[in-house]
Amino acid sequence: MSTVKIVEAPEGIGGQGFFATSLDSVVGLARKNSIWPLPFATSCCGIEFMSTMSSHYDLARFGSERLSFTPRQADLLMVMGTIAKKMGPVLRQVYEQMAEPKWVIAVGACASSGGIFDTYSVLQGIDRIIPVDVYVPGCPPRPEQIIEGVMRIQDLIGKESLRRRNSEDYKKLLEEYMVK
Amino acid sequence: MEPISLETIQQHIDSHLSNGIQISQDAFGVFNCELDIKHLYQFVHFLYKDEVLAINFLTDLCGVHYPDQKNKEIGVVYHLQSMKHQLRLRVKVFVSENKPEVPSLTGIYGSANWMERETYDFYGVQFLGHPNLKRILNMDEMLAFPMRKEFPLEDPNREDKIDYQFGR
Amino acid sequence: MKTNLEFLAAIKSPDKPEIPYNTLNLGPTHPATHGIFQNVLTMDGERIVHGEQTVGYIHRAFEKIAERRPFYQITPLTDRLNYCSAPINNTGWFLTVEKLLGVQVPKRVDYMRVMVMELARIADHIICNSILGVDTGALTGFTYVYQWREFIYEIYEEICGARLTTNMGRIGGFERDFNAIVFEKTKKFLKEFPPVWREFENLLSRNRIFMDRTIDTGGLTMERALNYGFTGPNLRACGLDYDLRTAEPYCSYEDFKFEIPVGTTGDTYDRFVVRNEEIWQSLSLVEQAMNKIQALEAGVFHADCDKYYLPPKQEVYKNMEALIYHFKIIMGEIDAPVGEVYSAVEGANGELGFYLVSDGGRTPYRLHFRRPCFIYYQAFPEMVRGQLLSDAIVVMSSLNVIAGELDA
Repeated sequence: MSTVKIVEAPEGIGGQGFFATSLDSVVGLARKNSIWPLPFATSCCGIEFMSTMSSHYDLARFGSERLSFTPRQADLLMVMGTIAKKMGPVLRQVYEQMAEPKWVIAVGACASSGGIFDTYSVLQGIDRIIPVDVYVPGCPPRPEQIIEGVMRIQDLIGKESLRRRNSEDYKKLLEEYMVK
Repeated sequence: MEPISLETIQQHIDSHLSNGIQISQDAFGVFNCELDIKHLYQFVHFLYKDEVLAINFLTDLCGVHYPDQKNKEIGVVYHLQSMKHQLRLRVKVFVSENKPEVPSLTGIYGSANWMERETYDFYGVQFLGHPNLKRILNMDEMLAFPMRKEFPLEDPNREDKIDYQFGR
Repeated sequence: MKTNLEFLAAIKSPDKPEIPYNTLNLGPTHPATHGIFQNVLTMDGERIVHGEQTVGYIHRAFEKIAERRPFYQITPLTDRLNYCSAPINNTGWFLTVEKLLGVQVPKRVDYMRVMVMELARIADHIICNSILGVDTGALTGFTYVYQWREFIYEIYEEICGARLTTNMGRIGGFERDFNAIVFEKTKKFLKEFPPVWREFENLLSRNRIFMDRTIDTGGLTMERALNYGFTGPNLRACGLDYDLRTAEPYCSYEDFKFEIPVGTTGDTYDRFVVRNEEIWQSLSLVEQAMNKIQALEAGVFHADCDKYYLPPKQEVYKNMEALIYHFKIIMGEIDAPVGEVYSAVEGANGELGFYLVSDGGRTPYRLHFRRPCFIYYQAFPEMVRGQLLSDAIVVMSSLNVIAGELDA
């Protein structure tokens, strides 16, 4: 007997040989179960991410089998670790290179808020330069927490309207962050 | 590995150099000496070449800021080591804040290169003769020297963390 | 086949402008590198002529923070230096403070420390060597042996409750005694890990592809290595048997029997083999330490220094004196003696030193970390000169450069 679980179909009307539902939910379903994360690992949290990816915790179970090390083909930017001010422009450029739709997780206290490093050289949270969807607390967070963060992102992706990325609100958000 | 006593080192140095360098030993067994800037390069070079003492490894190099010492505000501390005798020698030089110029040891130790750049980055010590003296850890645009005591730890220009969720 | 040196001789000299070099920017977030360093490489085809590094992309101002923190609050900072082997850093910091304060710790504490430090060394070497496999194209080894790092994490969790950034121990000892589960899990680890590691070694160490990729790449002579301030496994791979654990024994390492593995040429393969052998030595050290701990009377896990050692929590609730000490230590109101201390431990990638200047106040006047990565990473351009770009990646990962430690 196979132990592979298949995701449940979205709400809709079905009968013999047909199934009708909204395009949003189908695309959302497909997107959320095949996230390609880009690990932007700078320090300690990156090691915990390695734990998350490797066999013990296995993030691949959530559809993130393939790590995308290039921003061009990634859906999810996972920022793990301290981002210094020197690194800030690099992070923004990586974000700009990603194709829409794109999501961001700030993993760990440093990426979320600067953490214990309230110093002249550390950026006090990556939300100063790029919009963030999910914050994962912890210094460093346990792999379970990182997986929880990815699952919250999956919820967001599944519910997102197809028109959101073209909406005025979204354009305004990017303008606020001065993202090209 | 044979241990070596303070008297032996002092005698050996006196017999080769005539600058009157005084070595002392602290409670933890580390040898100390404070030098005049002009003797630094010659002294370290002598130790590097000398086969009896064989103090030929630069363990560490860092700066210290003493704002209260007049004209000796900035100290540069070298930790030298002899793997043959397993002894450590701490060499200190002091320079004024207005003219912090210290000869570079990059000609003797390859490892001094980045450590001197770090000290320049943090304290503004000018290492004369360094091949590439520029900032290493901080951004090039930075003007101040952050490890000096008067420099604040937090970024003075930062808005206070707006996010009330972080309880600040 | 031409050797590297012949290629080097064939590289066009800069005074022949008709043959242009290419400039390649590797980093700070290059897919193939781990850790954030920028290398601007001057390339002749696929061979590296010259490299220049930029570091400091996660400079967090540890030393500045340390000047504002009481001694206890510096321990979490040391965790985040070399986060692959945090207990070694913690212990190094406690040894420094103990040296300054003149605290003598019991033998049992020493052995407990040796046990966690050697576990940490194994954990660090597992990462370094398995990642070296990944960089040469063998991902399998990594996913296989990483499991055993999780096992070491579990032992840490029993000791201190944390996985990665452990903050393990106190000035003068540990916060609690090792419980029975620690020994049980360590025994299980000692029994089950060696066959796994043997298998991993078999996968790579006589593997023709791996040997071709690593032998004769990134070599450095012993003289150059010493000049560049190499310590730890990278120096031992060059052939010098210098190890702080024997040269300047701390934590009663003189009571243990172990060997210092050395290489000959200092190339990537030697570094790999030296680290492998160190894992075997560390396994034996863990076993010896565990036997020594169990032979001694249980319940001794800290030195008798109530001025610096945090009292147990149940005492704090009941006993006024304990409450006062707890308050004073936590608020950092205990003044340290005036003095200057340099103390070093053999970290997983070299001599991790702490230079502490105390002016008698509640915080260090100056604390400098001698970070091994920072010092030896500057040799990287010389090590990869004349070599292929793909080999440069392998050399970088075999050096075990940790960005958090490098940038402090």
